[in-house]
Amino acid sequence: MTMMKKLLTSAVASAMLVGSAQAEISNDTVKIGYLADMSGTYRDLAGPNGQKALEMAIADFGGTVNGAKIEIVSADDRNSADVASSTVRRWVENENVDLVAGLVASSVSIAVSDILEENDRLGIISGSAASSITNEHCTPNHIHYVYDTYPLANGTASAVVKEGGKTWYILTADYAFGHALEGDVTRVVEANGGEIIGKLRHPFPTPDFSSFILQAQASGADVVALANAGADTTNAINTASEFGVTQSGQTLAALLLFLTDVHALGVEAAQGIQLTTGWYWDMNDETRAWSDRFLEETGARPTMVHAGIYSSAMQYLKAVDATGSDDAQTVRKQMMDTPINDMFAKNGRIRVDGRMVHDMFLAEVKTPDESKGEWDLYKILRTIPADEAYRPLSESKCPLVTSK
Amino acid sequence: MSMIFGVPLAVLSGQLLIGVINGAFYALLSLGLAVIFGLLKIINFAHGAMYMLGAMATVILFDALGVNYWVALFLAPLLVGGFGVLIEYFLLRRIAGQDHIYSLLLTFGAALLIGGVLTNIYGVSGLRYSMPDLFKGGINLGFMFLPYYRAWVIVIALVVCLGTWFMIEKTKLGAYLRAGTEDSQLMQGFGINVPLLISLTYGFGVMLAAFAGVLAAPIYSVTPVMGSHILITVFAVVVIGGMGSIGGAIITGIMMGVIEGLTKTFYPPASSAVIFLVMVVVLMFRPAGLFGKEA
Repeated sequence: MTMMKKLLTSAVASAMLVGSAQAEISNDTVKIGYLADMSGTYRDLAGPNGQKALEMAIADFGGTVNGAKIEIVSADDRNSADVASSTVRRWVENENVDLVAGLVASSVSIAVSDILEENDRLGIISGSAASSITNEHCTPNHIHYVYDTYPLANGTASAVVKEGGKTWYILTADYAFGHALEGDVTRVVEANGGEIIGKLRHPFPTPDFSSFILQAQASGADVVALANAGADTTNAINTASEFGVTQSGQTLAALLLFLTDVHALGVEAAQGIQLTTGWYWDMNDETRAWSDRFLEETGARPTMVHAGIYSSAMQYLKAVDATGSDDAQTVRKQMMDTPINDMFAKNGRIRVDGRMVHDMFLAEVKTPDESKGEWDLYKILRTIPADEAYRPLSESKCPLVTSK
Repeated sequence: MSMIFGVPLAVLSGQLLIGVINGAFYALLSLGLAVIFGLLKIINFAHGAMYMLGAMATVILFDALGVNYWVALFLAPLLVGGFGVLIEYFLLRRIAGQDHIYSLLLTFGAALLIGGVLTNIYGVSGLRYSMPDLFKGGINLGFMFLPYYRAWVIVIALVVCLGTWFMIEKTKLGAYLRAGTEDSQLMQGFGINVPLLISLTYGFGVMLAAFAGVLAAPIYSVTPVMGSHILITVFAVVVIGGMGSIGGAIITGIMMGVIEGLTKTFYPPASSAVIFLVMVVVLMFRPAGLFGKEA
């Protein structure tokens, strides 16, 4: 009887093994859904050019992985968590999408990662800023790749305080992302011996900043910090330049600024602003070579988000190739086990909470004299090592970390 | 320093002045809307798009042909106004006499189309436009730093507003316009080309929006989406002033700029909602708006 039992169990076990070996890449297709803001505020920093970056990665990979073909579907999330949720639900439930890439607005990313967890699919977030995505909102089904608010505050705020900017006035976009950034900045400023002497929460979006800039000017603070993004930041910087904020001796600190924003502002208005970035196209030969290809494809230089989409897609496809599987947990584990060394990151690694940690950079916008072309915009001042940049796991509230 | 509700008087004076400047913008934009609604009964939801086109045209004319600010101040509104005349001739004329909702939907659709096409071409980050050299810098008023350009905006916007009001209310052309929209058959009997008058009126309203766009180009991010943000606010201003009231649009525009500015000082998070709050209160007591005539 025991003999019989043993035989049966081993037969079942081997049948299962064979079964799983055959069904490793479902439908013989790896399907990637690209979800991003394609028409609104965040279009230029991610949008259609992010899809181009994804397509470049697939083409560079050879168009197939482990004998399976690679397909892309894409959609505009219109920066709405509702639109994004229904799209991703359709993708994973009816269209066998294995990976959702892109993901820009933090609200969208948080909503989508819940659906991915329910259906055990994978998501790689490349555009969102909120550090809560891998803290209280972490799941075993998503990875946060390019940057978050933690290093933005760490990099820019601590550098500016160390240079003598002791008193701060913060203009904050009045929604979750702005509040998160304001909180992170306050912590860093105070830890470095600085003081927040005033803050003001402005509606999102605000077309006219003159009134807020006047108040920041009247506060007499050393530093006027902008805890907002996109058009709000560029409008605020334009107005600050018009009202002579820097000429009157105050420093302007933009806490989240993308290459496309600086390009739109031009070096005349943006010169001297310090910012933290995860990547810059003109850092070395490798980044330049890739960016030249990107420029040919799109007519623009890539932002850190575009480069991150390419790098993360490569990391994903390599993991699918190595494991011969498109199962979310198998692939995620393989991605975590493989250090990332490419044009985007050196010795980058994905932690258990889903945070991809890599070196960040403190940059300064060049002056009109220093800039040699329309995309020659940053000087890299300093590298912020990965361990210093991101929230340490010891401070994490992510259940994947705390339950270990 | 003397304080009012915890805000230094100097800061408050600065905010009041900024409020008047923004109000001048609102006045200019709502004036165009009021002209189009008052004379043609068209609810022009494309007004924000026309404002955006004015700003975009200024930047594009400069980049492509080197057209400077002063020329753009005339050329951009003329071009956009011409485009408005085409819209009126080919689209709005087909639905003349129908319910207001048709013009609202048609112009809203046109605005989405124009915005979408330009977004695809130019992106949303914004186009760069340098301030004319004459206006660089500013003057220290003691209580605030006033950029020269903002001072210019308030002067020119008020001149254009008052000129428009004078033309419509006090001149013979204005009388024709008002009569033509009251009773077009009678006017045609007098030998006046009413359809042409209507086209030109729509074109003129659009020109006012485009003119505000040119004024905006050096100080705001010029993007295909800039009009959609301001449109709703301007509609609220027109409703508060009384749909179609020319003088009401001007006075209310400036008033709302000041109210918004004060809100930005005392409680910034409410600043985008305060105009709508005023609108609700006004409509409760005066359904036709502050300066509107009861139907």
